[in-house]
Amino acid sequence: MPPALMKRPRAPYRDIAVAVPVSLPYVRYSIDSAHWWIARALKALCDGAGIVPADVDGLSVSSFTLFPDSAVGLTQHLGLTPRWLDNIPMGGASAVVALRRAARAVEAGDATIVACIGADANQVDSFRKLLSSFSRFAQDASYPYGYGGPNGSFALLSDHYMRTTGTTREDFGKICVSQRDNALTYPQAIMKKPLTMEAYMNARPIADPIHLFDCVMPCAGAEAFLVTSLDVARDLGLPHAQLTGAIERHNAFPDDPIQMRGGWEMDIDELYGMAGTTPDGIDVLETYDDYPVIVMMQLEDLGFCPKGAAKDFVRAHDLTSAGDFPHNTSGGQLSAGQAGAAGGYLGLVEGLRQVTGQSLSRQVPGAKRALVSGFGMINYDRGLCTSAAILEGPGPQEGAGT
Amino acid sequence: MTDPIAPPPKKDPQAVTLRPELPPVQRSRAALKLTAAASRGGFALQVCDACGTVSYPARDACAKCLSTALTVKPVPPGGEVIAETTIRTSTDLYFRQRMPWRVGMVRLDAGPSLVVHLHGDVAVPGRVRMIHKLDKGGNAVLMALPEGRSAHMEDDPEYRELTASPKHRRILVTAGRGAVGQAVAQALLKAGAAHVFVGVAEPWKPFAGQEALANTPGIEVVPLDLTDTRSVAELAASIGGKTDILVNTAEHVRPGGAMDGGMIAAQDAFAVNVFGLQRLAQAFGPAMRGRGADGVNSAAAFVDVLPVSALAANPAFALHSATAAARLSLLQSLRAELRPGGVRVMSVFTGPVDDAWREHVPPPKVAPAQIARAVVTALAEGIEDSFVGDVAKDVAARFYDDPKVTEREMSQ
Amino acid sequence: MSTDLNGAGVLSALAGALAGGGVEIVDLSHVLSPEIPVMVLPPEFGQCQPVRIEEVSRYDARGPAWYWNTITLSEHAGTHFDAPAHWVTGRHLAQGTVDDLPLDHLVAPAVVLDFSAEAAADEDFILTRAHLEDWEAANGKIDPGCWVLFRTDWAQHVTTPKYLNLREDGPHSPGPDASAIEFLVHERGILGFGTETIGTDAGQGSHLSPPYPAHSILHGNGRYGLQCLAGLDRLPARGAILFAAPLKIRDGSGSPLRVLALVPGKGSAA
Repeated sequence: MPPALMKRPRAPYRDIAVAVPVSLPYVRYSIDSAHWWIARALKALCDGAGIVPADVDGLSVSSFTLFPDSAVGLTQHLGLTPRWLDNIPMGGASAVVALRRAARAVEAGDATIVACIGADANQVDSFRKLLSSFSRFAQDASYPYGYGGPNGSFALLSDHYMRTTGTTREDFGKICVSQRDNALTYPQAIMKKPLTMEAYMNARPIADPIHLFDCVMPCAGAEAFLVTSLDVARDLGLPHAQLTGAIERHNAFPDDPIQMRGGWEMDIDELYGMAGTTPDGIDVLETYDDYPVIVMMQLEDLGFCPKGAAKDFVRAHDLTSAGDFPHNTSGGQLSAGQAGAAGGYLGLVEGLRQVTGQSLSRQVPGAKRALVSGFGMINYDRGLCTSAAILEGPGPQEGAGT
Repeated sequence: MTDPIAPPPKKDPQAVTLRPELPPVQRSRAALKLTAAASRGGFALQVCDACGTVSYPARDACAKCLSTALTVKPVPPGGEVIAETTIRTSTDLYFRQRMPWRVGMVRLDAGPSLVVHLHGDVAVPGRVRMIHKLDKGGNAVLMALPEGRSAHMEDDPEYRELTASPKHRRILVTAGRGAVGQAVAQALLKAGAAHVFVGVAEPWKPFAGQEALANTPGIEVVPLDLTDTRSVAELAASIGGKTDILVNTAEHVRPGGAMDGGMIAAQDAFAVNVFGLQRLAQAFGPAMRGRGADGVNSAAAFVDVLPVSALAANPAFALHSATAAARLSLLQSLRAELRPGGVRVMSVFTGPVDDAWREHVPPPKVAPAQIARAVVTALAEGIEDSFVGDVAKDVAARFYDDPKVTEREMSQ
Repeated sequence: MSTDLNGAGVLSALAGALAGGGVEIVDLSHVLSPEIPVMVLPPEFGQCQPVRIEEVSRYDARGPAWYWNTITLSEHAGTHFDAPAHWVTGRHLAQGTVDDLPLDHLVAPAVVLDFSAEAAADEDFILTRAHLEDWEAANGKIDPGCWVLFRTDWAQHVTTPKYLNLREDGPHSPGPDASAIEFLVHERGILGFGTETIGTDAGQGSHLSPPYPAHSILHGNGRYGLQCLAGLDRLPARGAILFAAPLKIRDGSGSPLRVLALVPGKGSAA
């Protein structure tokens, strides 16, 4: 390969602060629009930072239900005049990607304060309508086959994963039960009842091997955070975390017959290298968890265990926020709910709270470094977008500022 | 092993007939090219002209080399199923009516991974044979079958959705005076039809084969004159609510050019071949469209046996060809109109039939039994456009290659 | 009854007789419908268009307050009239088409020859001069200018296979030979010949000499044919008056029509 075409490593992130975690309480169904949710999230960001909307000179939006608008229409709708604007349609990978790109804009001086917002409406029947126009390949080649939506796609991935790794439903169940335990400490979680392994195992089948508690609950809501420089965050007196590494990858391993791994595997060494850490240095892990099988793959691809060994890892660890491997500490989407593209933001916002001592759920003791990963967009048979970021903060003891 | 489908019980007059729903129907133009290939039977996918990569789902450019020259062509149908699921809930109304639904992921030997309908007899993991069929919405879908034959495999409920199997269905064959209609009726009965109504026009005129029709159990001769609106309407009033498949075998054929013969023969030809088809559509179509989801013996198909000169005229049979072209056009519209009911419109194109009117036409010609086999195959395998006999296949091949060249060739 | 025989008196008396039942009207026509058979020619020839009725509207979206049909049919479908121009032998005759017939031919007396028993016994019964001479011996001489109606009771077979009685060697039904028609035309001067069958000729008339003697001789001599008649069993042997007026079709060779007969009734004559 000629030197010009050699892949050069990503430049490290310098002096990027992430602050003001905003989670609007989710509701199962809402008559309100995505615009309404985004407006409320933006207001909460400004109020939380003690600034006015005109101070926000960068905006990044992720929403499936904004149609026919995009981020462009929102500027006029909400009265913003940003000098930097981004619209990120990457579902579960959106939050980290939004953060990454906002960070680069701040580093370059293209923006000073970027508001990153993931929000979606959920009206009765809107999930069905959303599915029907999701992607061309899905329209042509997956919906006409039983129309299971994501349940059907992840059922195939789960079936294959179980066949090839020997993973059992109980292994998936442990992830779901642990997250429910976490959710019971997060007042805004949609799921409020304890989940036992017995109830998990006896739940009604949705698309074999996926059963009811392997699935998220679609709902309406918004999640948001601000990206700025460390000095601005300090000047504003905002508790914040520092971004020390971030990656994104799309359509990795296209020749794999079926998804067994995500794009993290291609970039994970660089991620830890940028952050100067290893999997052992992670205090809190927030994975994308629309189904437990993808959590298993992240445990492997993010380097916590060898490929195919996630079941052993799960069996060997306590995944609750009180345990030895705190994971999805607000309950994840499986128990907190999936508010569309806000689902991709849930883990990042929760990780930010954990490392800045602002947790609304059970605080993980000594949590200073969080790894947040995202996964999104089953375009046909597999998820195409992967992302991950490492946030470092003062942890629960110090509280505000670094 | 597939459980054979039992004959359906008599309809419960108090039960609400399920409203026909369709599986998702939206497709990209590239995907519609797969539909076009599947409508003629066979298994074909996009192959890159530049690098030979087999693509799926249908694309506008090769994902290996970015060539936009992708051609739909037959590919080896073998593959390995590597994952399965049984979907038990869906927000889609069509699949909700039919849950549970087995789906699989197949790694095709030729390359791509396919999300497929999975036949009940396929073991996972294991070898499969892929087929491409039209679903109730008229779009190509993939199904994985066991590599070999298994008992009653055509009775698999997902497979049956992709066909218009005559088994247990009540069928009207419209033109019992002719050898073609008689052969079709007998063949459908042998293929498992529950009952075959055979229409006979002008019962005051005797015809060859009359006795055999009258004496075959399962065949019922009914009065039907396609040139008489009331006759068609009266038959529909009598049996339209239980006609699951309609096979139109009527044909008026006279030799002669566009400048020969006068108007009466031309009118007669249109009266039978075109307006007859339209009368059938008007009288039987609405009830069939309403019964597309009516259980084992739901309304399933409207079949027309028509001359292949519908594609390119045979100048020696000018009016006959003109009616065939009109008939083809009418079928295309009818196909769109019956689609909401999940009722297929099938065209069975034939070469010259071996009869007295075409005695002077050189062979190869088509025997009525050949047409009968083609009709049964079209129904049993869900083939939208089939071509019977060497002449029909030849004309079709030429037509799909270049219609204008075919026009000239037909007049040589 | 008035003894005044001027025209007004005759019509006045007729009106009275019609009202009182002294004169009755007999309908000699079949219902014009798609079910009524039409003649079958060898398929290489042009065919007789059958009766077809298409509804234009029936108090519906196609016409909310009215009902009407469009009909299509051959000039020779259903109960119909053959003009001289129908046959090649009559093609050069003056007034040979239905739009040009002398009006006094459209209302004329009729005699009815009852050969129903013979026709029942022999589907190919051929009416000859000898039969006619026997009939005249019993019933009196046939008057010039009258319709001769050949009763076979064939009308009862209409819409059944027996009507045409088609077999591989062609149709089988009764009809006249040349001797009978020559006799009626040249020695009796009749106006026309009417039958209950689909044609004025026998089913096997193409094998007689000349072929189709009724068509050939009647029309070659400016005489008419009436076919597919019904109700002949209700007519007296003599004394009926026939109203047989074809549609006024330009250069028409024939026409479907409503044939009515006036016959003596049982009621009051005045």
